Amino acid sequence: MYQTTYHRASSVDEAASLFAKGSEAKFLAGGQTLLPVMKQRLAAPSDVIDLGKIKDLIGVEASGDTLTIKAATPHYDVATSDAAKKAIPALAYLASLIGDPAVRYRGTIGGSLANNDPAADYPAATLALGATIKTNKRTIAADDYFQGLFATALEDGEIITQVSFPVPAKAGYAKFPHPASRFALTGVFVAQTKSGEVRVAATGASQSGVMRVPAIEAALKANWSPAAIDSVSISASGLLSDIHGSSDYRANLVKVMAQRAVAAAG
Amino acid sequence: MGVEGIGASVVRKEDKRFITGKGRYVDDIKLTGMTYAHFIRSPHAHAKVKGIDSSAALKMPGVVAVLTGKQIVDDKVGNLICGWAITSKDGSPMKMGAWPAMAPETVRFVGQAVAVVIAESKNLARDAAEAVVVDYEELPAVADVTAAIKAGAPQLHPEAPGNQVYDWVIGDEGAVDAAFAKAANVVKLDLANNRLAPNAMEPRAAIADYDAAEEHFTLYTTSQNPHVARLVLSAFYNIAPEHKLRVIAPDVGGGFGSKIFIYPEEMVALWASKKVGRPVKWTGDRTEAFLTDAHGRDHVTHAEMAFDTNNKITGLKVKTYANFGAYMSLFSSSVPTYLYATLLSGQYNIPAIHAEVIGVYTNTTPVDAYRGAGRPEASYLIERMMETAARQLKVDPAALRRTNFITQFPHQTPVIMAYDTGDFNASLDAAMKAIDYAGFPARKAKAKADGKLRGIGVSCYIEACGIAPSKAVGSLGAGVGLWESAEVRVNPVGTIEILTGSHSHGQGHETTFCQLVADRLGVPISQVSIVHGDTDKVQFGMGTYGSRSAAVGLTAILKAMEKVESKAKKIAAHALEASEADIVIENGEFKVTGTDKAIAFPMVALAAYTAHNLPDGMEPGLKETAFYDPTNFTFPAGAYICELEVDAGTGKTSFVNFVAADDFGRLINPMIVEGQVHGGLAQGIGQALLEHAIYDANGQPVTASFMDYTMPRADDLPSFKLSHTTTLCPGNPLGIKGCGEAGAIGASAAVINAITDAIGKNNLEMPATPDRVWRTIHAA
Ligand SMILES: Cc1cc2nc3c(=O)[nH]c(=O)nc-3n(C[C@H](O)[C@H](O)[C@H](O)COP(=O)(O)OP(=O)(O)OC[C@H]3O[C@@H](n4cnc5c(N)ncnc54)[C@H](O)[C@@H]3O)c2cc1C
Repeated sequence: MYQTTYHRASSVDEAASLFAKGSEAKFLAGGQTLLPVMKQRLAAPSDVIDLGKIKDLIGVEASGDTLTIKAATPHYDVATSDAAKKAIPALAYLASLIGDPAVRYRGTIGGSLANNDPAADYPAATLALGATIKTNKRTIAADDYFQGLFATALEDGEIITQVSFPVPAKAGYAKFPHPASRFALTGVFVAQTKSGEVRVAATGASQSGVMRVPAIEAALKANWSPAAIDSVSISASGLLSDIHGSSDYRANLVKVMAQRAVAAAG
Repeated sequence: MGVEGIGASVVRKEDKRFITGKGRYVDDIKLTGMTYAHFIRSPHAHAKVKGIDSSAALKMPGVVAVLTGKQIVDDKVGNLICGWAITSKDGSPMKMGAWPAMAPETVRFVGQAVAVVIAESKNLARDAAEAVVVDYEELPAVADVTAAIKAGAPQLHPEAPGNQVYDWVIGDEGAVDAAFAKAANVVKLDLANNRLAPNAMEPRAAIADYDAAEEHFTLYTTSQNPHVARLVLSAFYNIAPEHKLRVIAPDVGGGFGSKIFIYPEEMVALWASKKVGRPVKWTGDRTEAFLTDAHGRDHVTHAEMAFDTNNKITGLKVKTYANFGAYMSLFSSSVPTYLYATLLSGQYNIPAIHAEVIGVYTNTTPVDAYRGAGRPEASYLIERMMETAARQLKVDPAALRRTNFITQFPHQTPVIMAYDTGDFNASLDAAMKAIDYAGFPARKAKAKADGKLRGIGVSCYIEACGIAPSKAVGSLGAGVGLWESAEVRVNPVGTIEILTGSHSHGQGHETTFCQLVADRLGVPISQVSIVHGDTDKVQFGMGTYGSRSAAVGLTAILKAMEKVESKAKKIAAHALEASEADIVIENGEFKVTGTDKAIAFPMVALAAYTAHNLPDGMEPGLKETAFYDPTNFTFPAGAYICELEVDAGTGKTSFVNFVAADDFGRLINPMIVEGQVHGGLAQGIGQALLEHAIYDANGQPVTASFMDYTMPRADDLPSFKLSHTTTLCPGNPLGIKGCGEAGAIGASAAVINAITDAIGKNNLEMPATPDRVWRTIHAA
């Protein structure tokens, strides 16, 4: 790790102003992505601004048809939150599949979405549920937020403060873990909104990060059942290919995981 | 056996310090004035080093020195050696390129060191390393063994044309050809044995401390065999004569073979500590472990087996290409030859065997012994072959094995080994019973009805352990003898120190070795301590690998114990005014048989040291040494059966059951043996399903972190059901065969046999990743 200066922010405003002062500042939440990268000397922030102790950034709340998760809430809290389990059980389940216990105790939803790893789990739920990402400057719809591998709509220094998920009629998540990293080799989140819209998002599969899967959405719109997906064909073009999964294999997983997610959603 | 004697599952003495974080590993040691080394490693698989500019680094704060490959060669530090000479079929010696500790001119694998920065802290050394500019001229590289032997392939060493180290043969080719000419059936098999990265939990580390006044070096290192390290460093690397070099291997966190070898980093640390006049510490990180710890396996093989009309094997021919990586590591040459081809008879009567092994250089990390070393490759080949044959001949795979089992012992195979004893039917019976083999077809049918593909796979392995009779290995080209030494020191108060040349890095010697003493003298194990891992304390030792510590190391202790007991009996007889022949040892007392006259062991010890009343002419003291050289290898064997299900949608394998029936001869501590089997099975299953050290076509490693290299985790593994069928080894007085490698040797074939049974297709390479299995299921 290179030398850096650590700051603990006590409010979002303070964090933003600390960021503005640093020459190459970085926010730190759970540190489960940033710290390994720093240890490998692949990142050399001048200042590290810790958001993890800002009280306003922690908590899970359900009100009406919305479940809100504050940005610095660790995955463990989401996985075990009664509010989350009641409102969107598939989301609590997804959080329970992230990494291992140590990662879940530290890693946060804000960090996960800011990082937008193409194999991360939360982006699938965020996109499929049509969530809204709130920052210290604006609100961003999920459809506008994800912009490719590790790329998002966030501007430099913009802080995610919370993510609001509309409570769906039905939702399910199925993850095929990457054998080594245990991120998603492919994970599919399926949701049927209360207005009857079907949204399906796959993570881990595409070369451009989390993606909607229109063919599966159409099939499920016509008939919400695993069997409805049997005849869908997913193209391997544009999908990731590596030693753990060829693009053909990932195309197959998009389909199979979607079927399992629908089965889980009921 | 007593509560702490042989056969008792005594809780491990050493675990208190490990579990409470009080283990003392090399990295825990801090010496006054210590400096820190960081190596500058090649990012290229093959390149010329045209220049190294360290001027900027030398100006940085805290930098003590930047030392290069040219300097270490100029200072006449020896090149790394390969300690086992193999002769090719044309009579020529193996062809080796030079391996300097840091590359002065040419790098041949990613991670090879070209220079080292010595600085006041680890971080400063790393910072400075980034300021060192190395000018490389890239050369074409080759990583794959089959590509490396092709005409026109990039050449690694001028000494080895065609990248060929040797072309070695064993067995009677004429007899094999005759068997195939008459065969009723011939079964053919092509397979690869995947390259593995050993990944001991503790990465390698070294601290070198040069004392200029005494011209004496101390090396703390992560070694499985500190005396061999000292021998090699002294005799071949020109570091210091043996009496001026102390090697200490303190607590070592796993080795699996990878810590047998003397690596460039230890050599550089020693040399550098003299150059800078201060202690030098190097602690490798995980990436360095992936890049520089010797890898294991990496074979490509074609084999054919001939059968007569009764399904009896009549011949076996094997041709294997072994990937050695860029340099010949310390024992690498022996692994695909004498540790592999000599086990190709498996558990079977095979009248004629011929094997050809071609050793090949590639631009990859050197390959050497890794848990099992050659024997997993042999066992995998034979057991995949038996399964393939059973499918082709349409007979039950277990029955085909029984038809061909060796049942008479001793048995001389056509490939050197003389199996001393065993009962292969007994272990297969036990495993089949444990898994309810007979009930499998019904379970498979039920799984099928539930939409699951279920399979069962058998693997009957044999290995040669207790390495090894010195004369035998010497005649086959080994540069060392493979005996073991021990010293038993009885202190005046009757406590006992056992000095052993074996080295414990996870095996539990501090417990099992004490159990032998408890067994013989009836003293509690708390009165006994084990001293190992320091060349100043233990006279000599060949170290721990090849499942040899109990069969060879413990036998050496037994021999020394016998001498101690014999002298102690004389002292006791003298004190009790009885005849020596009437003295028996019971519960910590020396008794006159048939009487109530006795003297406690501590009193005998005290008598030996006060020397007030010893028999005439007897020397004071109670301390004895023994060297034990085995007369044969030992032959642990067993049967593993695995039942699993494959998810046709994803190709994912889930275990239903895994049973192991092993014959290890006598068990000293069944709990520790069980732990060894669990670990071995994890590595064997890891090889079958998960692990693969992969290079791209340009020799860039693709799996240099745990994000890409799949290490087995607890939830990847089933709960194992273990049992033992015992035939005592006649080769050593304790009847021990050894248990350290069995799991890694036998498990892989059971898993692949089961998956191929489940999916109904026989061709499947390791690791059977979900993608590969899915592809195989859906292949035309
Ligand atoms: C061993 C391991 C296994 C893992 N497995 C999985 C897995 O299975 N699935 C999965 O999805 N993830 C996995 N992760 C990643 C984990 O979920 C991380 O928690 C997540 O990617 C980043 O969250 P963090 O809070 O740790 O962020 P940090 O590492 O602290 O930060 C990551 C990035 O986000 C920025 N950032 C953080 N918070 C905010 C904010 N509120 N606003 C703006 N920018 C912000 C930081 O500046 C930084 O650039 C794994 C990680 C590890 C180490």
